[in-house]
Amino acid sequence: MSEQTTSAKAEILARIRSALTDNPQPATPVRDYRQHSSADAQTVREMFIDRIVDYKARAFTETSETVAGRIAELLGESGRFVVPEGFPADWLPRDGSAGERIVDTAEAPLSHAELDQLDAVVTSSTVSCAETGTVFLNAGPAEGRRAISLIPDHHICVVPAESIVELVPEALARVDHGQPVTMFSGPSATSDIELQRVEGVHGPRNVDIIILD
Amino acid sequence: MTTTRPTTVSLGMPTVRHGRGNLFAEEPFTSGAARDLENATLRGNLNFAMHKIRGKRAAVVSEMPDWQQLRAAGSAIKQNVLANLPELLEQFEASFTAAGGHVHWARDADEANAIALRLIQEQGVSEVNKIKSMATQETGLNEFLEDHGITAVETDLAEEIVQLGGDKPSHIVVPAIHRNRDEVRDIFLREIDGVRPDLTSEPADLAEASRQRLRAKFFDNRVAVSGANFGIAETGTLTIVESEGNGRMCLTLPETLITFMGIEKVLPRFADLEVFLQLLPRSSTGERMNPYTSLWTGVTPGDGPQNLHVILIDNGRTATLADEVGRQALHCIRCSACLNVCPVFERAGGHAYGSVYPGPIGAILSPQMTGIEAAANNSLPYASSLCGACYEVCPVKINIPDVLIHLRGADVEARHSARSTAPEAVDETPATGTSASGASRRARLSAAARTGAARIVGAVTRRVPDQMDALMAAAKTAFAKPRLLSIGERGLPLGRILGGRDGKISLLPGLIGGWTQHRIIDAPPAQSFRHWWKRNRPSTPVRRTPEQRANIAALIEANRGRAAELHERFAAPADDYTWLMAAERAAIQQHDATGDTVADYARGTETSATTASGAADEPMKGERA
Repeated sequence: MSEQTTSAKAEILARIRSALTDNPQPATPVRDYRQHSSADAQTVREMFIDRIVDYKARAFTETSETVAGRIAELLGESGRFVVPEGFPADWLPRDGSAGERIVDTAEAPLSHAELDQLDAVVTSSTVSCAETGTVFLNAGPAEGRRAISLIPDHHICVVPAESIVELVPEALARVDHGQPVTMFSGPSATSDIELQRVEGVHGPRNVDIIILD
Repeated sequence: MTTTRPTTVSLGMPTVRHGRGNLFAEEPFTSGAARDLENATLRGNLNFAMHKIRGKRAAVVSEMPDWQQLRAAGSAIKQNVLANLPELLEQFEASFTAAGGHVHWARDADEANAIALRLIQEQGVSEVNKIKSMATQETGLNEFLEDHGITAVETDLAEEIVQLGGDKPSHIVVPAIHRNRDEVRDIFLREIDGVRPDLTSEPADLAEASRQRLRAKFFDNRVAVSGANFGIAETGTLTIVESEGNGRMCLTLPETLITFMGIEKVLPRFADLEVFLQLLPRSSTGERMNPYTSLWTGVTPGDGPQNLHVILIDNGRTATLADEVGRQALHCIRCSACLNVCPVFERAGGHAYGSVYPGPIGAILSPQMTGIEAAANNSLPYASSLCGACYEVCPVKINIPDVLIHLRGADVEARHSARSTAPEAVDETPATGTSASGASRRARLSAAARTGAARIVGAVTRRVPDQMDALMAAAKTAFAKPRLLSIGERGLPLGRILGGRDGKISLLPGLIGGWTQHRIIDAPPAQSFRHWWKRNRPSTPVRRTPEQRANIAALIEANRGRAAELHERFAAPADDYTWLMAAERAAIQQHDATGDTVADYARGTETSATTASGAADEPMKGERA
């Protein structure tokens, strides 16, 4: 740290202390907002589907037997797609049933340009919040680094049913802040022109969510 | 945590330093507003957009049963942040550094810009990507970098429209809201190389044009600059809340990331995000959640930028903090709900406010950050009808009308007293806050107004009476002496000459001319009421017969026991009134430090000097459910 920065720090802290000479003693925050859901799992799941569809994402419900087939169908036959290294093998389409699969590894990460050439990305997720229709990616082995779920235009995301919670506080409690967190609620969107919502700017324009029982 | 508390650092008298950069109105609010009101396109664009966003916000807020509890928690957390700011900033620095990042401190806009320039030059690049950021708008970073041969590319669509149009932002969240789709298409056709000539004005097409223009820049530029919505002291985590994915691109793909963060943006704990990530999107864009939120805690090997910097910026925030009433402006999370409901903003638009912070929050933030006597910023506290809508929608309960009145008082004091000292000397007046515990809210307010004003004014030297002083002195004398008032009122018929044939006055001289700048008033009557009464009152007082008089004794007898009966009836938990009173009592118990409000008084909803502000908040139907 440079000398200049050190003195800037000391001066700013001194200014703050000088500004607080009245010694304000605010009350401790009361957290009497909802922190734990009282809804049953089925209600929460329906709420989640309602919200993500509202954001113009597509929602599907599959079992561990049918998920691979659904992913294959969503990918189509010709596309090239990327999966993180830790994506469960039994969720993946059988070779030949979908397009070309490319695995992103820590040893040989794909470049931005290579990712831009791909049609889709398939990941899992850490937790989802039903009330806001938000999926949390937390850089887990089945979720991968942030760039792979950002650059391809089509994101197929698996949401294990037991990872859906109703409330924002419940979702944040399941997140590891030591790893990067990306929360997404539907596809990329903008309302910058006349406040008209347009789905699809820089992030993935097509988002498919597969709820896995 | 290893922190060296600089309590032993001797710097002499700590000084109040005001902010620099794009915080100054270049002309009084009324001049800018009067001009922009003539712009029919602007008014049409704003009217349409503001009504739309208000409806969206109201819908998503009304579906939250615990909205008022979230607001109260948000406000309380922010109050605690300000009270513990030195410790939290040092904790943030320690956490962010431990996570592999570098922390810089900037006293003002110039210092922040210089730090950013040095960091960018170290990377040897001539172009950087930018995420929309109020802090960099405030410091004027783009212009500063341009002067040093570095291009800053705005990647948020609205900021891109503003930048390509050579324009200024007019709104905190949607900076190009003053432009309609046809204007945006014209800007894109004119400014973007290689854009398809048949570009339509459909927002989807315009967004696609932006995607095409920026995609290569996201992949190739090695440095990005961002702001920060929140910084967590406990963990060193930074947060960006956005919609388009340009934020994710800038936070993920470059090698170097430089984050501008106002010192008030720090939050104590990671769990505090659960409050603000609910309050912000619903208040801001009227969505249940914004499309993308990114959280990053220092450097993650193999994922995202490996060279992370954060610049902690004062730039007038400590000057704002020194004002006991005004410091709540630092609670602001930049949602812009107050802009969207403000009748003044809806008509005048954001540019009339001069500063990068427009609307009601700008009217209290800008004059405090710069000092009320700076440039034309003393006109901003008057840019409000004090209707109180801004306070009702504020997700962190900033009592904007209260602070506006406080600042008007400070401005009058400042103008009242001529200063012979240089501005620097004024700035060095030490803060003289007084502890306010136990004092009634009203007494506290006026005391704080006085100390605040004295602080802002600084060393008072001599008083020069102006027109207002002369008018007030004359009024004081006249109202104190009925005979003088009577003589003065005999001059009323003279005023009728001003009224002319139609009995209307449209031009008054001097200070009182302000009244006729935007209105026409009726000519005064030929005589005052007092004179009329003197001439017309009955010569003998009317006396009622005993039968006409009210029989007080009989009335008392008729209502005996009625008070006790009413008490009993409303004590039973049965009807709406009971529920309302219970809610009122609960609100009083929850009474936070902001206390009574101007809005409370205006509505007559306060019950005592310590009535809770909650009473004037949005309808409590949600709480009842």
